[in-house]
Amino acid sequence: MKARVHVMLKDGVLDPQGEAVRHALGTLGFGGVEAVRQGKVIDLDLAATDRAAAEAEVRAMCEKLLANTVIEKYTIEIA
Amino acid sequence: MKAAVVTFPGSNCDRDLAQAFAAAGADVVRVWHKETALPEGTDVVGVPGGFSYGDYLRCGAIAAQSPVGQAIRDFAGRGGYVLGICNGFQVLTEMGLLPGALMRNAGLQFLCKPVTLRVATTDSVFTQGYARGAEVMFPIAHHDGNYTIDAEGLARLQGEDRVAFRYADNPNGSMDDIAGVLSANRRVLGMMPHPERAVDPAQGGTDGSALFRALAGMMARA
Repeated sequence: MKARVHVMLKDGVLDPQGEAVRHALGTLGFGGVEAVRQGKVIDLDLAATDRAAAEAEVRAMCEKLLANTVIEKYTIEIA
Repeated sequence: MKAAVVTFPGSNCDRDLAQAFAAAGADVVRVWHKETALPEGTDVVGVPGGFSYGDYLRCGAIAAQSPVGQAIRDFAGRGGYVLGICNGFQVLTEMGLLPGALMRNAGLQFLCKPVTLRVATTDSVFTQGYARGAEVMFPIAHHDGNYTIDAEGLARLQGEDRVAFRYADNPNGSMDDIAGVLSANRRVLGMMPHPERAVDPAQGGTDGSALFRALAGMMARA
């Protein structure tokens, strides 16, 4: 079973790297970019075969390590 | 005073920190990250600067979950004294021993220079050797020192007098100019600037000595 975790800064937390990317895009002539937020994608191969159990396990991984919930939020896709 | 200084793969300020403790009169024991227990009789744990585990995932995130990380968490839970500097501060926030998080510097640059700090509280063993409001000069050397915390957490830090140091001229975008914070029991200090790089005239200043001397003096009386 495969899981994909998206980790993004929470809304309202300033993303200096996203801002730098937005500026760079503007320099390249892409003038219509109003905001850029940068995050991480983490792919996991899991031995689990039960979808609900896999999701619960990945959620625990996010809470303990994969995301810093002080500043980050995450979403989980199971496939 | 017995000081345990931890070394993770990628730590690079561990020797400086050990030297600073030793210069203040401490017995220093170096502790490898795979240890599951701290040395018997440890009074204070030093978590040094550097790039633990290559800063993979997030600065300090992997170190916080390392074998010695659990021992440090337990030690702090028993009321032990912990000093985390630079990457050590990031490790302590990732452990949950200190509130908030350290994000990428607002200007995106790695900053390596001496900065002026103001001592924001003298109500801790780490800062009792300074006068409140005193200006001290410590070097900074970090890419991710932008202290961030939610409004409620910031109000709690301010209300409980738990900001230890503030930048006189904020270099990295930290909220409320915060350079270092204390735990609720005031026994855990995390800070981005490097007091251990300001303990010998050859380093260009000795403003950091008072921190280590006060710590050693308190431990000697205990």
